Amino acid sequence: MSMTILTVDDSRTMRDMLNLALSEAGYRVVHAIDGEHGLEVLRAEKPDIVITDINMPRLDGYGFIEAVRDDPGFRNLPILVLTTENAPDKKERARKAGATGWIVKPFNAEKLVSVVRRVAA
Amino acid sequence: MDPMETIRQTFFQECEEQLNETETGLLALEIGEADSETVNAVFRAVHSIKGGAGAFKYERLVRFAHVFETALDGLRNGRLEASPSAMKTMLRSADLLADLVREARGDAAVDDARLEALRDELGRLAEEPGEPATQAADSFGFQPLTLSLGDLAPETPPSQGWRIVFRPAPDLYRRGNEPARILRELAELGDMRVTCDASALPLLDAFDPGGAYLAWSIDLTSAAPREKVEDAFDFVIDDCELRVAPLAPAPDAEAANADGLEFTPLSIDLPMIDAPTAPQAAASPPPTERKVETVRAEATVSQTIRVDLERVDRLANLVGELVINQAMLSQSIVEAALPRASKAFDDLTALEQLTREIQEGIMAIRAQPVKPLFQRMTRIVREVADATGKMVRLKTEGEATEVDRTVFEKLADPLTHLIRNAVDHGLETPDERAAAGKPEHGEVRLTAAHRSGRIVIDVSDDGKGIDRARVKAKAVEKDLIAADAQLSNTEIDNLLFLPGFSTAAAVSDISGRGVGMDVVKSSIQSLGGRISVSSRPGLGSTFSLSLPLTLAVLDGMVVKVAEQTLVAPLTTIVETLRPKARDVHRLGVDQRVLADRGVFVPLIDVGIEMGFRTTPADPLSGVVIIVEGDGGARCALMVDSILDQRQVVIKSLETNYQQVQGVAAATILGDGRVALILDIDAFVAVTHSQPPLAAVS
Amino acid sequence: MHIPDTSAGASKEFIVFRLGAMEFAIDIMAVREIRGWTPATALPHAPSFVRGVINLRGAVLPIVDLAERLGFDPIELSARRVVIVVQIGARLVGLLVDAVSDILSQPHETIQPIPDVASEVVKLYVQGVFAFEDRMIGLIRLEHLAPPSLGEAA
Repeated sequence: MSMTILTVDDSRTMRDMLNLALSEAGYRVVHAIDGEHGLEVLRAEKPDIVITDINMPRLDGYGFIEAVRDDPGFRNLPILVLTTENAPDKKERARKAGATGWIVKPFNAEKLVSVVRRVAA
Repeated sequence: MDPMETIRQTFFQECEEQLNETETGLLALEIGEADSETVNAVFRAVHSIKGGAGAFKYERLVRFAHVFETALDGLRNGRLEASPSAMKTMLRSADLLADLVREARGDAAVDDARLEALRDELGRLAEEPGEPATQAADSFGFQPLTLSLGDLAPETPPSQGWRIVFRPAPDLYRRGNEPARILRELAELGDMRVTCDASALPLLDAFDPGGAYLAWSIDLTSAAPREKVEDAFDFVIDDCELRVAPLAPAPDAEAANADGLEFTPLSIDLPMIDAPTAPQAAASPPPTERKVETVRAEATVSQTIRVDLERVDRLANLVGELVINQAMLSQSIVEAALPRASKAFDDLTALEQLTREIQEGIMAIRAQPVKPLFQRMTRIVREVADATGKMVRLKTEGEATEVDRTVFEKLADPLTHLIRNAVDHGLETPDERAAAGKPEHGEVRLTAAHRSGRIVIDVSDDGKGIDRARVKAKAVEKDLIAADAQLSNTEIDNLLFLPGFSTAAAVSDISGRGVGMDVVKSSIQSLGGRISVSSRPGLGSTFSLSLPLTLAVLDGMVVKVAEQTLVAPLTTIVETLRPKARDVHRLGVDQRVLADRGVFVPLIDVGIEMGFRTTPADPLSGVVIIVEGDGGARCALMVDSILDQRQVVIKSLETNYQQVQGVAAATILGDGRVALILDIDAFVAVTHSQPPLAAVS
Repeated sequence: MHIPDTSAGASKEFIVFRLGAMEFAIDIMAVREIRGWTPATALPHAPSFVRGVINLRGAVLPIVDLAERLGFDPIELSARRVVIVVQIGARLVGLLVDAVSDILSQPHETIQPIPDVASEVVKLYVQGVFAFEDRMIGLIRLEHLAPPSLGEAA
């Protein structure tokens, strides 16, 4: 059974791009449109990896990661944040919240998949 | 289609939404009706555009979005105040951003000077409070590598490889990282020998599952440069102790020991690393439980689907054909002279009900709220206000009102024209307003609502109203009316819609553009709608558009007049009656009125009006249908008989012919023949341009 | 059936039809279909040569009495009369004629200007004539037959 990746992003464009790259690499992809929705889908889908954006309505990426880490069931779940270049502060905040790693936007499919492989079990 | 191309289209669609969001938010900020979430939403919208643009390498868009975003960030964290001038810059930036999106799409080109100027302006805005924004962003203390690398001076690739000492801190595990995965990645760089230091492992009762007790020493034989090795630790660099040193020619444990790390050698089988490690196994629930939840989740995740428009249009056309076919079937059943109690009639009724439901369902798919259209108008208002030096606020209402998407698309141009007109011609300058005792800010209202089976969109302003003396003079000058014509106010106002009429003394760049109100009128009419105007001197004008809910099907009453079959839209019909002699009154030579519950309504002989016969029919021999136009005015239509009441498919007469006075559209009946659908408003308008009836009652 | 003369290169195929005793032709490329006359629905305020509209597989098709349009006597309606459906620009128009008589191919250079004796109306709607065997055939200028000019008194 292929690994399931949850992508959390309020941008449809970004969700579609992640979906395209990841499904072509053989992953099963599920989506959520913001942090709150991300938590719902997370509990229902129990993904193997999470990729989340930071700027989102309702619950942003930091809050989402913190909430995931608060759940004992997901303490070790790899969570990658999507961040733009030149945003070390964001990386740092995401790390503090409990992010495993990051993907710098804009990404190409190859780069994305290699980062995912790095954190995949 | 190429999947990336599909995503590109999604990106541009999403840009439209985000541009709208940006504009709406900025406008709310400008008038002080915003909360902190508004700024966040605007920031997110611009940020998203930047993100997507980056993916498609629209560099100009990315660069400008970045500067814009930085300024918005200032607004968000309070470094920048939402002053009127700042908001003006922001709004103009939003317009430029929209143009850059268009440019990226290949629809427009953005002038470099304009781009530069606004970029500088935004830059200055962001810097205003003293501290340059760019520096602020960089001032966060992030150092890529916090390790002291000792005396590992030569960065030339070593011939042998690297000795890596790696001691995770507890946070490394807490963030979902896993040493085994890092080792696996290193293994891809070359041959490696790993020794694990388990000396820090406490006794079981002191063991903290969240603790970090292991360290590794890795001898990696590889030609990979240092960066490549360190790259594997990219995510964990701040959560571990890491040393990377060139591998000595004769690698041994002594070197590591010299660093003060005590190792109890413990060889690790590399293949083992691929096996799931304990913490992850714990994170994965039993498979059966998972399966059940997956099903439920999918129901919540996919709430919308996106469908090619052509498919929906095709479906809508098919339903049209279905309605016609059903009418034919119904005709056949009638012709077969089946007994009234026959099951065929019940089945037909059920079929009609189903058809109607399908029709409504498709209408709902095609419907979309006017909100994006209304949002587009805010920019028009701003541009025209800027160009004319007027101060304007646009108020919108009923943005959730849904219209058919064809109507939606074809409404943009007429609406733009009306809005431009309202600001350019309707509103006064701030000075003129002040002199008239009005607030300096003029108001343009754009409202949409459903009203008796139609959609009504009003564009009104609180300006000076139509200058009727001037309109009339202009019409005389243009030979549109005779110099001595006696016209009512409404008639004068309607002169605006005549082809070739333009009130602006000099055709301004704003409202001019070679289109007149006659073009607006004909584009509204081509949608089966109509436009009317009302105005009060000194108080303003209202242009009112009335549009059909759907372009495909309407409920009609099928009537017979002079051997012709006609259809009256059911929504316009108030009642039908057989007139009595005492209710019919003669008014002048060939006009008659009908007293309907004490109110006199003009009586129209449809046969004469449509030119189907020349001798008037006897009102007492036929049926009268009382109809009501958009404006609420009524008239009584004389027809020979009522045949049926049914759903009919609307077919355009203009596709192959042209507009016909008194006819809204055509349809195809059960016998396969074309029948005309009456334009009730045209009938009402004809009768009401006659002298007011109050004079005779 | 006349085989087009391939050496001429500029040959065109025409549908030839009768209006009373006269013969006219239409470029076959503009013809969508030919059908028998069926009763049309009258249009109010239409000129008399517009005989109304019919249902052409779901589309509303205006019918123009071509004889009357050219200033001749109106065509006497019967089921034997023919409607030639032509495409003019984006529109479809049905031309009511007495009968279709021929399909023939004619080199472009044999088309002559219309003789000066013809009426103004005829000159407006007939772009030229050509001889075929011992017949004279007028070539209809379709673009002037499309609405809105279709509804105007020429």
